[in-house]
Amino acid sequence: MSVKEPVLEIKDFSVDYGLGDQGVQAVRDVTLTLHRGEVLGLAGESGSGKSTLAYGVTRLLPPPGVISGGSVIYHPPGGDPYDVMALTDHELRAFRWAETSIVFQGAMNSLNPVHKVSTQMLDVIKAHEPDLSPQARTARAQEMLKLVGISADRMDAYPHQLSGGMRQRVMIGMALVLQPQVVIMDEPTTALDVVMQRQILAQLVELRERLGFSVLFITHDLSLLVEFSDRIAIMYGGRIVEEAKSADLYKDSLHPYSEGLLKSFPALRGPRRELSGIPGSPPDLRGMPSGCSFHPRCPHAFDRCSDEVPLLGIPSARNDPSRSVACWLPGRVPVG
Amino acid sequence: MTVTGPAVAPVVVPEVVLEAEGLTKHFPVRRGLRDLFTRDRKVVHAVDDLNLTLRRGRVTALVGESGSGKSTVARLLAQLHRRTDGDIRLRGESVEVHGGRAFRAYCRRVQMIFQDPFASLNPTHTIRYHLTRALKIHGRAGKNSAELEQNLRDLLLRVQLVPPERYLDKFPHELSGGQRQRVSIARALGADPEVLLADEPVSMLDVSIRLGVLNLLRDLKERLNLAILYITHDIASARYFADETMVMYAGRMVEGGDSETVTQNPAHPYTRLLIESAPDPDRLDRVGDLRAPEDQGSGEPPSLIAPPTGCRFHPRCVHAMPKCSTELPPRFELPVVDNGQSHWAACWLYEEGAAK
Repeated sequence: MSVKEPVLEIKDFSVDYGLGDQGVQAVRDVTLTLHRGEVLGLAGESGSGKSTLAYGVTRLLPPPGVISGGSVIYHPPGGDPYDVMALTDHELRAFRWAETSIVFQGAMNSLNPVHKVSTQMLDVIKAHEPDLSPQARTARAQEMLKLVGISADRMDAYPHQLSGGMRQRVMIGMALVLQPQVVIMDEPTTALDVVMQRQILAQLVELRERLGFSVLFITHDLSLLVEFSDRIAIMYGGRIVEEAKSADLYKDSLHPYSEGLLKSFPALRGPRRELSGIPGSPPDLRGMPSGCSFHPRCPHAFDRCSDEVPLLGIPSARNDPSRSVACWLPGRVPVG
Repeated sequence: MTVTGPAVAPVVVPEVVLEAEGLTKHFPVRRGLRDLFTRDRKVVHAVDDLNLTLRRGRVTALVGESGSGKSTVARLLAQLHRRTDGDIRLRGESVEVHGGRAFRAYCRRVQMIFQDPFASLNPTHTIRYHLTRALKIHGRAGKNSAELEQNLRDLLLRVQLVPPERYLDKFPHELSGGQRQRVSIARALGADPEVLLADEPVSMLDVSIRLGVLNLLRDLKERLNLAILYITHDIASARYFADETMVMYAGRMVEGGDSETVTQNPAHPYTRLLIESAPDPDRLDRVGDLRAPEDQGSGEPPSLIAPPTGCRFHPRCVHAMPKCSTELPPRFELPVVDNGQSHWAACWLYEEGAAK
């Protein structure tokens, strides 16, 4: 990962729910770049817009969700970049799954209960590569299942015959079966126990090394992301408030919200400290606070915070182009 | 050189409020057509031979994965399920009630907080209704409406919903998750209980407000001298919040003791696996080596209809010995590390009582 080549560039992306006066802005001016082969973590509380962003980027957003602006530039390997938002329905159908696939929240329940695993998997391959012979399709599906640690004789099982962890593996296998460049994972392990979670993530790391895809990993569990991803972006109230390399974010977070979030996880090791979480509750999209949406809960808020929206930029105190923060506190305001 | 043991200060052991001994719950499995001619009735061994003591002013955590039977324990203690075997004693008195007056009297002293505050409050009623009902049922509503009003205000103040007037006439959907969970805590406090059974009280809440609710519960425990059972799958939060931690695996307790000791010096291989697997940002060196080292099996707990013989963890355990698959390990007391708290594990590795 010496040369950082972008694979998915999200620019000034906004999503609204509803139109006119009733509308609320769920995602506002998000700019985010996913590089080839990296795991980018997207963390935030419920209602921060992280899932909406993922669905918006793949144009899977059901009404009343409306993409109100921005572009998503996809860079295929060796080809010319194009805007996902400008694709026709036909092109979009080919793009999804083959170039970008998604593992949904509660993925273990997104398998069709009345079809065998094999049927569902072969269906995907058939739709995208109709020229492949049935034998080749089966071979591909079996190979993929083996990669995610499921023996080939489970191919003909129905979803209810598999455990939660196995279903999750099948879902990850299905997402990878067409060898996409980008895999979006929306809380893929939330419903699983910690032991299983670690096994599946270990497998994912291994597969990424072998197949070289990039992952946009969405979760509310920041402590998991710090360990598992290369970079982390933190969302609050529909905006990205901080972005940095995982280790930097953990050791030296700049936004008060990131700091509060990191302090909300009791530690398993080291001294037992009194922790307080973050006072107040997450904002309601219908009544977003003015200025920085975190200011009512922020311990360092001052006048400017409630008046002006801080812009995401490289903080002046750290001359490091790999990080950015949106905060008015001294040293965090963008240079220039 | 003579070694004299450190003068152990007489530890004041708070009085026992609720106690379970040999608690067992088996759920019958529905018999299909194929089972018509068989004699054996299959059961799910949800909880087997569990001993638990809740003391005044202390938090006891019950940690386990989904399906380990920890919620069943809470329901048994709340008398929502009939137990198959064993005993539950409230202040030394054996209790078994189902419904009616006796159940209500029991509820007055043992209250439960549920996991999902979105489901445990009735969406068609106001907060005032929920709390008034709890007070009335448990005979604490006061003689007149002014007293009732004062009691309602007190309840909300106790759970730090201030000012109370702002919340009393709201409907559940107008409150955030954390506020709703505070209302359900207030409702439980309406009975003025001695024991609170909290079944994953924060796992449905947003990360940033979980600690607020846990800190509130701790504060209540200290002020009202409550005995709290804290059921969770998150062992880090047990370390933070509970005085004592018990670990459950596949319906049986495998380790227990002072929270700090259990989390810092885990003895049972399963507890070690659980702690190894928990996300821990302080160990960034582990990146790329995410595999849990202590797991032999597929990472899944066994079927509870036909649980493994002997120690239930043996098929997954890296330290398994022949004995583990045949004999059930009893509790072995472990050498005390530093603070004079007892610590035990149900594992044959500790049979000699020698430290590993």
